[in-house]
Amino acid sequence: MEPMPQISMLSYDVVVIGGGPAGMAAAVKAKELGLNVLLLDENDYLGGILPQCIHPGFGLHYFKEELTGPEFASRLAKRLVELGVEYRTAARVLEIKNYSDLEKVVIFTSPAGVYQVWTKAIIYAAGARERHAFEIGIVGDRVAGIYTAGEAQTLMDIYGILPGKEVVIVGSGDVGLIMARRFALEGAKVKAVIELMPYPGGLARNVMILRDFNIPLYLSHKVVEVRGRGRVQRVKVVRVDENLNETGEEFWIEADTLVISAGLIPSVKKLKKIGVEIDPATGGPVVNDRLETSVPGIFVAGNSLLINDLVDYVAEQGELAAESAKEFIEKGGIESRKWVKVRKGQNVRLIAPHYLSGDRDVYLYLRVARPMENVELRIPEIGKKLRLPVVKPAEMIRLKLRAEEIQKASEKLTVEVVRA
Amino acid sequence: MKTRVAIIGAGISGASIARVLSKYENLEVHLIEKAPDVGWGVSKANTALIHGGYDDDPEKYPMRAKLCIRGNRLWHQWVKELQIPHVWNGALIVATKEEDFDELEKLLERGHKNGVPEMRIIDRDELFHLEPGLTREAIGALWVPIVGQIGPIPAVIALVENAVANGVKTHLETEVRGIKVENGEVRGVETNNGFIEADIVINAAGLYADEVARMAGIDYFEIHPRKGEYYLFDDDVPGPGRVLFPTPTPISKGIVVTTEISGHLMIGPNAQDLPPEEKDNLATTEEGLREVWEGAKKLWPNLPPKSRVIRTFAGLRPEPTGGDFIIKAEEEVWGFINVAGIRSPGLTSAPAIAYEVAEIIQRDLGINLVEKEKWNPYRKEITHFFMLPPEKANELIKKNPAYGKIVCRCNHVSEGDILEAIERMKFIGVKTPSVDSVKFRTKSTTGTCQGSFCRPKIVQLLAKEYGVEPWEVTLKGKGSEIGIGDVKALLRGEEA
Repeated sequence: MEPMPQISMLSYDVVVIGGGPAGMAAAVKAKELGLNVLLLDENDYLGGILPQCIHPGFGLHYFKEELTGPEFASRLAKRLVELGVEYRTAARVLEIKNYSDLEKVVIFTSPAGVYQVWTKAIIYAAGARERHAFEIGIVGDRVAGIYTAGEAQTLMDIYGILPGKEVVIVGSGDVGLIMARRFALEGAKVKAVIELMPYPGGLARNVMILRDFNIPLYLSHKVVEVRGRGRVQRVKVVRVDENLNETGEEFWIEADTLVISAGLIPSVKKLKKIGVEIDPATGGPVVNDRLETSVPGIFVAGNSLLINDLVDYVAEQGELAAESAKEFIEKGGIESRKWVKVRKGQNVRLIAPHYLSGDRDVYLYLRVARPMENVELRIPEIGKKLRLPVVKPAEMIRLKLRAEEIQKASEKLTVEVVRA
Repeated sequence: MKTRVAIIGAGISGASIARVLSKYENLEVHLIEKAPDVGWGVSKANTALIHGGYDDDPEKYPMRAKLCIRGNRLWHQWVKELQIPHVWNGALIVATKEEDFDELEKLLERGHKNGVPEMRIIDRDELFHLEPGLTREAIGALWVPIVGQIGPIPAVIALVENAVANGVKTHLETEVRGIKVENGEVRGVETNNGFIEADIVINAAGLYADEVARMAGIDYFEIHPRKGEYYLFDDDVPGPGRVLFPTPTPISKGIVVTTEISGHLMIGPNAQDLPPEEKDNLATTEEGLREVWEGAKKLWPNLPPKSRVIRTFAGLRPEPTGGDFIIKAEEEVWGFINVAGIRSPGLTSAPAIAYEVAEIIQRDLGINLVEKEKWNPYRKEITHFFMLPPEKANELIKKNPAYGKIVCRCNHVSEGDILEAIERMKFIGVKTPSVDSVKFRTKSTTGTCQGSFCRPKIVQLLAKEYGVEPWEVTLKGKGSEIGIGDVKALLRGEEA
């Protein structure tokens, strides 16, 4: 371990990286369990992305009532402060070092200086980032007026800036649809929502927005090009076939604003650097049923684990990560007689956790690859069957498995979604 | 009385000339640029290479052949004096067929003629030892160790900062509309911001050098825009350690594969000639990018999936009639010096071009240049938080807490870095606050997320420091404002 002179040293049981819902729930739970915890967040305020999500729809499961994003965040923050959880805002983690199972270092910078924190466990809850225009292959002019949905939301609902007045939205996921409504409410004209897939990408309640505000939805279409001088003036839209290949059918839409809502990617670069194994399907780490990554003592929760639809599940993952950290610190590691590997069967695009101990009940989080009606979710190894009227890639399935059920499996479990 | 010099164009040529001319006691130097900041034209989007000087045929292109190698040598000194980000990593011109060696021999011979040191042809074993990721079809290469890479816009910024510190006056957002000539001598330039008197006018107007020359009645050349497109990948995508070229064909130098100075794999450019009226067509195209991808794959087969692309961009090169640089004092208009057609290897040649211009002023215009007693050759690079060891960062944060606060999470750019960038923008006369001005000085917004997290924060800092409303802050100059007003502007029936 290299000495770092002149760098202030701190010491905790657990460091939580990220002050969004996953991180706050984790820090609160860790404190309740008697751990000495430090929460770090890079923004000036706690809450992660929630403070800019001013629409309702949060907290039905976790708080048993419908809240807006800022309300959900402030409830957790209030609890955090009441419990006296130590936290620092404007604190950006620069590096994570893993010396041994119970010796880890988090180096962070803040207006008070650079610190190195010695800790036994880390809960990583740094959220996700958005895919941008370049990643989805849009060509043309690099001009003003192109925003990711989150950036447009930050401009409007944190800083009070209206980005534009004639808007095309790429992607019919929840964030895209919510931004369509947000622009419409402020008097902007939302000219189209363009969706690559043949079905909408958002939760049903958000797809309703299109009808409410009379916004055209183009399924099986993509935006391929932007033109403008200084600012976006028009965008080129192409229809795609069933294999998502471009057809010759194309048209232009005049607009001054292009909002990209093309999906989220877990922000896990700093974990990759220390050798944490990543699942290419979720984009997040491979984890066991304690949400522990392949590096012992590093736990993950929220959108860094996998992209969630509901903040309630994100908070639930944060709490589990905190319980796991407690277990890890007390026992000196997470152990199990065996680990049952969870495998993706038919029409399952992604699933987490990846390994189950059978020592405890777990929630499996999964998404299907394509929409289907009247299906059965099956785990043949343990004879589990569950009827579902409809499944959609946009809607995460959360499935509870009891410890006794898991114990019936020997080495693996296959989760499949098939026609009933 | 001092001789007044007006340099038109603050790209790499104009900025280099400004720096060199700032050495002289008897010159009053004005640097005129129509964009809101320096280096936003041809200098902005190119392969950022300091070439080796083996490529330019001294018979066909004597100016290019002479100035490229001289420029390369000067850059080795200038990057140190001006603390310009750079790497001297050398280039490999890769052969994949036996016939390619004939071409490499030709380049080697031409290199010797031009005075390029240390070049040699290497065999397959040595090549793969240097670059294991190359195509298995590679059979050898020409190794040119003196090739390097710099940040082209940071270089322009460094040159202008140094020039301004030595007394050069900048005129940004100043578009030249006419050249005043009386009795066969230049008198000055007419601009949207009034008349600037000048005894010498240096035309370094890049793509528009032909139009500026015509304003002085000089009409013997044209500048054609030639577009080149590029891909830039995320910084964890493995790239080569050296600059990789294919063996050139009579038509093209080929598509380069390189790891640029910030550690991103970069591939490009293709070459597409545009009609002369399309000097502002910087759009990337599906066809052009496909050509770049296919070309790069021949050299570097392990290109990652397209989802690892973080940016695509295009630049224009100013192709002159005849193909060679046009650097001379025009006889029919005394005091008018053309520095036109500065296409590749223009970035490399820039320091040598600047000394060439100083010589032209002495030799052809007969003005004896008197060196200043005190001229400062040095300029300090802006603070980059991501380059500081933690203990150094801590010292800085103690003095100014803004250096401890990260704004750009991908590249670890601090608020202190950004405030310093804004100070430096003001120092060289940037009047319109633009995110791009901050970007080119700090590397903020250039990482994995391409600014979706930090751009709104940078807008706030620019608005505060420039005393404007945040929606008036621009991405890249007037007409590219970040917003149209406050969030209720449309509902109130107003808009900016």
